[in-house]
Amino acid sequence: MLAQFLQFLFSGITVGATYALAALGFTLIYNASNVINFAQGEFIMLGGMLAVYFTQAGLPLPVALLLAILIPAIVGVLVEKLAIEPVKGAETVTLIIITIGASLVIRGLIQVWLGKNTFSLPAFSGDEPIQILGATLLPQSLWVLGVTAIVVIALWYFFNRTLQGKAMLATSYNRLAAELVGINTSWVLFMSFAMSAALGALGGILVTPITLTSYDVGIMLGLKGFVAAVVGGLGNGLGAVLGGLLVGILEAMGAGYISSSYKDAIPFVLILFILFFMPRGLFGGKSTDRV
Amino acid sequence: MNKNVYFGLYLVVAILAILPFVVPNSFYLDLVIRMAINAVIVLGLNLLIGFAGQISLGHAGFLGIGAYASAVLPTHFGWHPLLAMGAGAAATGILAALVARPIFKLKGHYLAMATLGLGIIINIALRNEAQWTGGPDGMPVPAMGLFGFELTSDKQWYWVVALLLSVSVWASLNLIDSPFGRALRALHGSEVASQVVGVDVVRYKVAIFVLSAVFASLMGSVTAHYVGFVSPNFADFFHSIELVTMVVIGGMASVYGSLVGAVLLTALPQALATFEGWETVVFGAILMGCMIFLPKGLVPTLAAKFGKGE
Repeated sequence: MLAQFLQFLFSGITVGATYALAALGFTLIYNASNVINFAQGEFIMLGGMLAVYFTQAGLPLPVALLLAILIPAIVGVLVEKLAIEPVKGAETVTLIIITIGASLVIRGLIQVWLGKNTFSLPAFSGDEPIQILGATLLPQSLWVLGVTAIVVIALWYFFNRTLQGKAMLATSYNRLAAELVGINTSWVLFMSFAMSAALGALGGILVTPITLTSYDVGIMLGLKGFVAAVVGGLGNGLGAVLGGLLVGILEAMGAGYISSSYKDAIPFVLILFILFFMPRGLFGGKSTDRV
Repeated sequence: MNKNVYFGLYLVVAILAILPFVVPNSFYLDLVIRMAINAVIVLGLNLLIGFAGQISLGHAGFLGIGAYASAVLPTHFGWHPLLAMGAGAAATGILAALVARPIFKLKGHYLAMATLGLGIIINIALRNEAQWTGGPDGMPVPAMGLFGFELTSDKQWYWVVALLLSVSVWASLNLIDSPFGRALRALHGSEVASQVVGVDVVRYKVAIFVLSAVFASLMGSVTAHYVGFVSPNFADFFHSIELVTMVVIGGMASVYGSLVGAVLLTALPQALATFEGWETVVFGAILMGCMIFLPKGLVPTLAAKFGKGE
């Protein structure tokens, strides 16, 4: 009983950490620009696929991983410069379609370049499972959780203790006011896309040894990251992390105890319930309209 | 409403009347029928997105309910196709109304999220309930018939669909100019202002959402009968996006824009088939290009440029 529960919990937290990183990416871009970036999932895919490509090309693991984070970050910046900045202030639907167009381009290019096969990445420190109270935990899960925890702490430090981070926060509160006190808001936009693409790619790399990857994994991962961001109250960083873990855990529990074929539906059922009963997400603040 | 607007309607009817005599072969006739079906769906969706300013990213789910009602009920329960179509539309309407009331108190991205979730749940259910729906492989749909007469040939289907499209254009034009339409446009402009002058914002939004969902469900049934086959892809997220794209590329809040968007995006995959393997990339690039350079959509942008207006 307990062993089974723990098993589901472990796999839920591991996947949840990836959702959390994706949700943080959504949050960063949403705060900087009010854009919901539907290409977020493609950065997760890019991270995993590029890591596979570079390790298979014979590069040492740290170099391969670094490249697999750096390139998506550059792609993220390109998306921002070429597609988002030219249409500043466009309607929500227009922005949604632009980011969906970007995601199709990224996914299509990878499909042409690396094919439609499913790839795997060797685990960073062996496949010997760790026994905990009858449940097993993969060493790679510890990597996922450890790195996610470090990233969250680093982000917290960045946003609360550094001038650049505070500038980004200020922009998310009020762009005009931030510009008035001399913050370069287009630099903020640039950084948000680079950081959120890098976060997504990192999640994609970490989880690939466990869940495998292919050119089309980004769609579902991205949408679930979006669910996680909304669960946590869109725009709330801590909420995004907790939302990611919650979505991951509920999905694993649902797949284990209810029905594994409805696994992918669980995050979306969850989000409908949350929107019905707590329309601002679990951790969102109250909203007021200015007339 | 000035006569200018009805001129467009006459033009649409005239084109629809001439088309079957000028299309070179059955391949193009089939393409035209699918364009017209999509145009009707997009008209309904544009009422929601363009005129009321609300986003649905799950409309293919409603199409799916209609299509599968027309497939499952006659096949497994022996219902008459028309009855099945009505049942699908009723179920869609009830579902949309149930979901809409709480959701329409929210705004913007939350609404996009909720409709997206709903669409995905419907799609996953269609894929999993294989004993009824044939699962991922889909299932055949019996022919549509009435009083012993069966709709089978493409020519017959063409006239049915052309009639549906003409009526839909006429109905949309009138709806937009009715008090209901004016209320919708008002709440798109400013919700607070329209509330102040007595528009029941939530009620109107729910009504237009339910209307466009029922529209989608009915056309889902029509498509299912016309194609003779349904599969879950018909109800997936990508199809929802395609429909929204048709609205936006043609032009939000533009009746004729809906037609242009539907025609272009239905033809696009055919045109892209020559790019073997690169279809997704080219499709994505076209979406981005259109939105960056024509953010208001084709018809409103061109109309403004040539100073005619709709």
